[in-house]
Amino acid sequence: MKTPIKAKTSRDDRQMLVFMGVIACYLFVALALPLYAILSKSFKNDDGEFVGLANYLEYFNTPSLTYSIQNSLTISIITTLISVTIAFTLAYGLSRSCMRFKGLFKIIALVPILVPSLLPGIALIYLFGRQGMIRGLLFGHDIYGPIGIVISEVFFTLPHALIIIMTALSIADARLYEAAQSLNAGKIKTFFTVTLPGARYGLISAGFVVFTLTITDFGAPKVIGGDFNVLATDIYKQVIGQQNFEMGAVVSLILLLPAGVAFTVDRIMQRKQVALLSARAVAYEPKPSTSFDWIMFCWATIVSIFILTILGTCQYAALIKFYPYDLTLSLNNYQFDLMDGGGWESFYNSLELACWTAVIGTVLVFLGAYMVEKGKGFHLGRNLFQFLAMLPMAVPGLVLGLAYIFFFNSPNNPLNFLYHTMAILVISTVTHFYTVAHLTAVTALKQMDPEFESVAASLKTPFYRTFTRITAPVCLPAILDISIYLFVNAMTTVSAVVFLYGPHTSLASVAVLNMDDAGDIAPAAAMGMMIFYTNASVRILHGLLSRGVLRKTQSWRSR
Amino acid sequence: MKFTKFLAAAVMTGVMASPVFAATELTVYTAVEAEDLKKYAERFNEDHPDININWVRDSTGIVTAKLLAEKENPQADVIWGLAATSLLLMKSEDMLEPYAPAGLDELDPKFRDKSDPPTWTGMDAWVAAICVNTVESEANNLPMPSSWQDLTDPVYAGHIAMPNPSSSGTGFLDVSSWLQIFGEDDGWAFMDGLHQNIHHYTHSGSKPCKQAASGEVAIGVSFAFRGAKSKASGAPLEIIIPSEGIGWDMEATAIVKGTDNMEAAKTLVDWSITDKANQMYNEGYAVIGKQALAMPVEHFPSNIPESMIDNDFEWAANNRKRILAEWQKRYDSKSEPKG
Repeated sequence: MKTPIKAKTSRDDRQMLVFMGVIACYLFVALALPLYAILSKSFKNDDGEFVGLANYLEYFNTPSLTYSIQNSLTISIITTLISVTIAFTLAYGLSRSCMRFKGLFKIIALVPILVPSLLPGIALIYLFGRQGMIRGLLFGHDIYGPIGIVISEVFFTLPHALIIIMTALSIADARLYEAAQSLNAGKIKTFFTVTLPGARYGLISAGFVVFTLTITDFGAPKVIGGDFNVLATDIYKQVIGQQNFEMGAVVSLILLLPAGVAFTVDRIMQRKQVALLSARAVAYEPKPSTSFDWIMFCWATIVSIFILTILGTCQYAALIKFYPYDLTLSLNNYQFDLMDGGGWESFYNSLELACWTAVIGTVLVFLGAYMVEKGKGFHLGRNLFQFLAMLPMAVPGLVLGLAYIFFFNSPNNPLNFLYHTMAILVISTVTHFYTVAHLTAVTALKQMDPEFESVAASLKTPFYRTFTRITAPVCLPAILDISIYLFVNAMTTVSAVVFLYGPHTSLASVAVLNMDDAGDIAPAAAMGMMIFYTNASVRILHGLLSRGVLRKTQSWRSR
Repeated sequence: MKFTKFLAAAVMTGVMASPVFAATELTVYTAVEAEDLKKYAERFNEDHPDININWVRDSTGIVTAKLLAEKENPQADVIWGLAATSLLLMKSEDMLEPYAPAGLDELDPKFRDKSDPPTWTGMDAWVAAICVNTVESEANNLPMPSSWQDLTDPVYAGHIAMPNPSSSGTGFLDVSSWLQIFGEDDGWAFMDGLHQNIHHYTHSGSKPCKQAASGEVAIGVSFAFRGAKSKASGAPLEIIIPSEGIGWDMEATAIVKGTDNMEAAKTLVDWSITDKANQMYNEGYAVIGKQALAMPVEHFPSNIPESMIDNDFEWAANNRKRILAEWQKRYDSKSEPKG
């Protein structure tokens, strides 16, 4: 094991510190201060007077509220186990087997990220509801409740886990496998001694991402949860149903606890993480193996069928005149001018939001991750930054949205001119999705040997040149993944922006939520599928554009 | 993108409005159906082309939460089409500007805030109703209910959906009206019985009726407006007005305190209770602020006005916390973790 050589010029460090400071300031203003604005309410009564822990006492003395903690934990743990297992096995097949149609399987597995999170719930109602097409498969169990929530959440979280695990698996040092082979280690032994330890960090990150995504999501429990109360829907009940911001803040604070755990574990694991891609590494290339390739092929097919069934059901639902009584095909559900947000205007607003979020967010996130990973010294500051970057994941969108109202709309805030503008939508969206983007960037950066920087420094190359010449090009796949991740999430996000859009910035995704809320689930499916097709087109365009770039920059990966 | 849109908008305005108005921009918060918003603005602009309405529309709960959260620095000039119970909440937070619009005397006294001058005036009423899916009822041999009490019959076990009063204003409307109709003790006894038959509680007020329309449940406790709409689009629905009477709430209008556009806001509120506006509300709603003008609405039962109970909104608002706590204690056990 090597120890990184510390040979940095102090001017570099100072410059990086300034950069990091700027991005930390952003996170502070866009995240920490608004959160304080709302969470401090949990210690106040509705007249704004400080009441200590009174709200918490009331909360823990209301059994119907505290049951939700257990419900939320159960749902999230089960979802995490299922989702990470599927994501890992699939990622393993995609990166380590020679099965056919890898590209197609990868595209399909990433599809759920392109659709609004309400869609799987809607599809499950059409499939397994009381009038469901294949409800017999549930053997009399009710889809409204934990079963429905878990299936929706697995669908919704799978791509998130897959992206992180793929990044962890895609950069493997072939020399380790060659060594294992020459030591006569079997396939299984190699898997447990080389592959799994190498992907460990990605697996744990993915686990926490899935866990927190599930525990904070209110879309699926709202659509398909029936009477199964979870923390996220409790916030909805308190804030939207009863306008009780104080109790909503209490539940929010309880929901933030997983973030604390995630952060601690992440720190501990990170200390043990070693750079996998040393400067002398050789990229791993899988060799064909008939039986293994076939098993992986079948598995990938099953996962793909699950995803495509959900998607196909939504498209079918959108085209049916009146399910289940009038199954003639019609385009009635596509009359967007009669829908929330003024039809196409909201659609263009969503596009604009997605573009800004992708551009600004990618720059911000990657620079931030670079400064945290490659900067030296100032440990306290970097730890704080890392914590701020992990936090958004744990903040339910509803809470973030409300926090923005309280913070940015305050008459004393010099930034209150941002309220009701496109800018505040962009800021909230970048912040809301910061964590996964940050983790992707960090995972990619971690796998680069610090020797790159050390050598660069010893050649008196300034860090920004190393960054633009080496780091950014090497991490280009991750950077492109981050930008598309931010784009599609901006298209589909609802929970934070529902509080923040103004008269001229209504959004398509909010329209989907409202239509489902009113019970118009067929038009909701139609609009949701419109968002999907947009995202899919952009994704394809993105893929074509980046293929050329990648070919230029990534050819070093193959021998 | 923004710039080209701006350019297009500039050109359009130049073409369309030859005599250039210095139009007042009015930000209006609303929970009115999205498809009706254009109509509302167009009809208003026929009389007042110099005021431009910028809508912010969302569901009742979200608009209410948004307004309350913006209390320190209100963004809305006028609220046009939000539940009176929500406006009562805002009134108690001193967020509304008292104003007596022109022609207030002609309005049904039920359709105005009791203060003088009133802080809000009503537009139209939405009433509770039972939506029954005839196809599913037949398939399950369910008799047609005619009263609230009928719904406690064990024959309906597992066939009813209703909104959760902790999430939905409609749900609370149902619960508070039952307590007024039956009295506290009998009201809770009725709900105990009803609870035995509930398949699930929903977060949204209109969803139970939509679910009845699509056969997810046989019976949805919801409101008549949604039922009529689903029926119009071909659902096998029967809309029942229970014999004991029905709870109701109204869509109402108010000026937000501290608006910079007070004159335009007053113009809009004046217009919102004119005959023309009432006739416009009547296109979707059977009960309006000037009931003498009302024409029957298709698919709406005709006995709605006389079935509406004398709803005590202030009582409901003041007892809300207590009622919801009791409700959660009794019935949220459906959500108790299993095992």
